[in-house]
Amino acid sequence: MQAKSTALKILDIVSVLLLAVALYLALLYAPEELQMGQVQRVFYFHVATAWTALLGFVAAGVTGIVYLVTKDPKWDIVEVSAVEISLVFFFITIVLGSIWARPIWNTWWTWDPRLTTAAVTELIYIAYFMLREGIEDPDRRARFGAVYTIIGSFSAPITFFAIRLFRTIHPVVIGSGDPSALGTFDMTSKMLVAFMFALFTFSIIFIDLFWNRIRMGYLASKVEQLKLNNMQ
Amino acid sequence: MFILDTPPDTSTYMIAGYSIFFILIILYLISLFIRTRNLNEDLSILESMKEQSQTATNRPAAAKPAASTGLAVKRKATRPKARKSNQVKKNVIKKK
Repeated sequence: MQAKSTALKILDIVSVLLLAVALYLALLYAPEELQMGQVQRVFYFHVATAWTALLGFVAAGVTGIVYLVTKDPKWDIVEVSAVEISLVFFFITIVLGSIWARPIWNTWWTWDPRLTTAAVTELIYIAYFMLREGIEDPDRRARFGAVYTIIGSFSAPITFFAIRLFRTIHPVVIGSGDPSALGTFDMTSKMLVAFMFALFTFSIIFIDLFWNRIRMGYLASKVEQLKLNNMQ
Repeated sequence: MFILDTPPDTSTYMIAGYSIFFILIILYLISLFIRTRNLNEDLSILESMKEQSQTATNRPAAAKPAASTGLAVKRKATRPKARKSNQVKKNVIKKK
């Protein structure tokens, strides 16, 4: 396999440094929220991981369309990589949200529209990998995967807009949400800096992981091709 | 929520949240590393197998050992028949 390119190595290092700065801003720079206390700091990474994960799911749907048009296997590798990283990020989002909810809502989980749509999205993409595992033929697997991600990608905007469309207790920090939501707060300028920096950092981390995962995908497809050739 | 004079102590949840975040990210990075390493190992094994099979097919037919030609198979196939015919002869002698 080809060695990591210099650009990727630099991106790896930059990602780690950005994460360290984002952590500093979230934990030390941003002021403590008066009503929720320290747990509000979870918000910075919770929203950032959610944002990148949902973008990744939409990107996977777009690459699914590109694959169906071009039939180029490289788009299948890109699609799987996007889904895998988004799945990890979205799982982190759900876990962080649940930890935040315990002291604020007095429960780890509730079947609120946002939480329910988030859980459904996560399950949809877990099922995507189960579907792929069940298909031996690479072309068929890629075709089914592409169609699945196109349909699945609709769950991302539904999850994103759930708190803006339905009556929910999940707070809307940016824009106006349901007045009955619990845990809403007004961001100070320092909080906004920490929040925007976290969004930027997680976008860079997503790109870095995406690149690394695509490299692994190419390697996996090469191994699979060699195995098929040896069997013939 | 009620407005409080001092913020509630929810630092345990914050520590738990960030700890779990780092644990999950590190687990994913480890999984990426292990999968890449295993794929590299598989690739090197498969490439060496491919090279071996290519050198075997490129070798001239005369230089091939008897086992790889059809001769050995033919001999093996004829042996049981010869044994059988010898046993039939013995049985005929016994009957006589």
